[in-house]
Amino acid sequence: MINELTNAVVEALPQVQGYVYPNEANVHPVWSVLIVIYPYITGLVAGAFIMASLVRVFNVKALAPVYRLSMLTALAFLLCATLPLLCHLGHPERNYEVMMTPHMTSPMAIFGFVYAWYLMAVLLLELWFDFRQDFVKWSKTTPGFQGLIYRVLTLGVTDVSEKSVRLDMKMEWILSIIGIPSAFLLHGYVGFIFGSIKANPWWGNVLMPIMFILSAIVSGIALCVFNYIVLIWIRRKTVDMRCLDAMAMFLFYALLVDAVIEGLDVFHRGFAAEEGFSVLQTMIREKLFYTLNIGQVGIGTLLPLLMLGSLQVLRQRVPEAIRRTMIFFSGAMILFGVLMMRWNVVMGGQFFSKSFRGVMSYKTEFAGQEGWLLAAVIMCLPPIILTVLVKLFLSESKELQPCEHLLEKSSKA
Amino acid sequence: MKNQINRRSSLLRMGATMAGLLTLTVARTAKSAVQNLFVSTTAPKGYDPTKHKWLMCIDDNKCIGCGLCAEACKKENGVPEGPYFRTWIERYIIAKPKRGSGETRGEVIVDSPNGGIPKGGVSAFPEPTLTKDEVEHAFFVPKLCNLCENPPCVQVCPVGATFKAPDGAVLIDPKYCIGCAFCVQACPYGARFLNPVTKTAEKCTLCYHRITRNLKPACVEICPAEARIFGDLNNLKAEDPIQKFYEKNRVQVLKPHLGTEPRVLYAALDKEVR
Repeated sequence: MINELTNAVVEALPQVQGYVYPNEANVHPVWSVLIVIYPYITGLVAGAFIMASLVRVFNVKALAPVYRLSMLTALAFLLCATLPLLCHLGHPERNYEVMMTPHMTSPMAIFGFVYAWYLMAVLLLELWFDFRQDFVKWSKTTPGFQGLIYRVLTLGVTDVSEKSVRLDMKMEWILSIIGIPSAFLLHGYVGFIFGSIKANPWWGNVLMPIMFILSAIVSGIALCVFNYIVLIWIRRKTVDMRCLDAMAMFLFYALLVDAVIEGLDVFHRGFAAEEGFSVLQTMIREKLFYTLNIGQVGIGTLLPLLMLGSLQVLRQRVPEAIRRTMIFFSGAMILFGVLMMRWNVVMGGQFFSKSFRGVMSYKTEFAGQEGWLLAAVIMCLPPIILTVLVKLFLSESKELQPCEHLLEKSSKA
Repeated sequence: MKNQINRRSSLLRMGATMAGLLTLTVARTAKSAVQNLFVSTTAPKGYDPTKHKWLMCIDDNKCIGCGLCAEACKKENGVPEGPYFRTWIERYIIAKPKRGSGETRGEVIVDSPNGGIPKGGVSAFPEPTLTKDEVEHAFFVPKLCNLCENPPCVQVCPVGATFKAPDGAVLIDPKYCIGCAFCVQACPYGARFLNPVTKTAEKCTLCYHRITRNLKPACVEICPAEARIFGDLNNLKAEDPIQKFYEKNRVQVLKPHLGTEPRVLYAALDKEVR
């Protein structure tokens, strides 16, 4: 009875306009909110890491205070990056097959290896080299369970002689250099998952991996700005304006490049106007009007560009408090805008039929395997993990600026 | 000095673990390559896929849109009710252009209610809104998996659960499929769906359990108009329907620009069909 009733309700809904293949006339999209947050989280990881690399590889001294925070941010988000994928699978219990018997031509199969490489070989190692001498120090001064954690994390390497520390720093530098292409690979690959689908004109596009990388850098820096200001606010400390201004500058330029490349993509599509272009126009004008034109372009790109751009020109004349607020809100808006961008890519590609003759509407469920609730829970996990990490490794007594050796190194250089 | 060695050995141990995991992966991949030779299909034991090359042809002039093929397919393969089809029938109604509009064709109306499966002996297709005089062309098109030579669905499967058999059929191993739906997205023809019961991807298999036992696919068997022609290119008999179809028609495939090289060949296809 209930089944019949829901069927009747579903049939009454204007789900489909025009003609769509019968297999596409489904109530739920094949890839839903979980697949929207998957590239979002992965992008934040890659972006936060690249932001940290600015300090390590490009020697941007002003950003040193947020180096560790951005590295820990990357770790917290990376730990949750595969969760949405896993929850989305029809058979999550078979997930290990992706790693055990990968199909080498599949973009999704190789992602597992890129992910493992990035987590194990790049991020964890670099963090360990960076924190090792602090672990040694803290393990001696901290009593109880927390002290034990630090002691375990030293992995038994307690040598803090100058020679040993120098080796740590050298290793960190090497890992950062390996890390930058790895971060590009990590998120470029996510872009390729969509860009490789030639059947779908909304996705199949060589610019897709590049757009994903650029938007990832933008969202990563924005997240670091956001986290930094929130952390300072919680701890009632004063913001290092030199650092914040530098972040705002990098954020502005990254956003500018990202906006130009995404604009180029739209221009190219319009100019080439290939098969299925008319249905793509419908997407921009109707189906994705709010999330694309207002969310992604307006709130996520133009407004922050305007705010950050004016700060670049008038930096000295704007009082610190206003500057701080403007940068904070730009960061928040960019974070929202990039989430919208992921939505537009993932859902946009499923709102029209591959027959190019019709469009679909979906009901995204609230509870259930692919629902909003699960997506929200997964999105809440990285901040919780980050809080624990910050408590453990960036606690107030240890100062937010523990990269003394880093500063020393740069001053020597 | 002792600590130096300590660090090195710690790192070495971590490296060794990584290497071990990688070796495991390589070993499993090799094993799966061997397994692929003995992959589980619905074929009987003595069936040798290398001795056949299956082909499906559609003579679109003949299809009357009765939808029996789509119905037979659902029954034969236990496809769930709802928007899940291994094969379906599309109806195209192309209106005459308005006089003086300068267009070659009028509006194109396409539909496929419930995949064209008749309900209670009554045709699934409703009466067209256009009158007979307003219609330039009206025809039906049976659709199914296009049996691509270069199948995008096989290319993207992360675990290799879907594969192209040597006899030309593109199959899915339901015991291996992880249900990621990447293949559903990659298929340009909308021929794949996620089975809501098994949670794995599904599509037309040419009724593999039948053709490997010298039977025709259910849709071919039931078609009253002989619009679907099925055969084995490696074992053509004299007067084979496939041979006759070839001699009589020029053929076309769907979405040829995507380079998928389908092995489902259509005769008398219209440009509006995608």
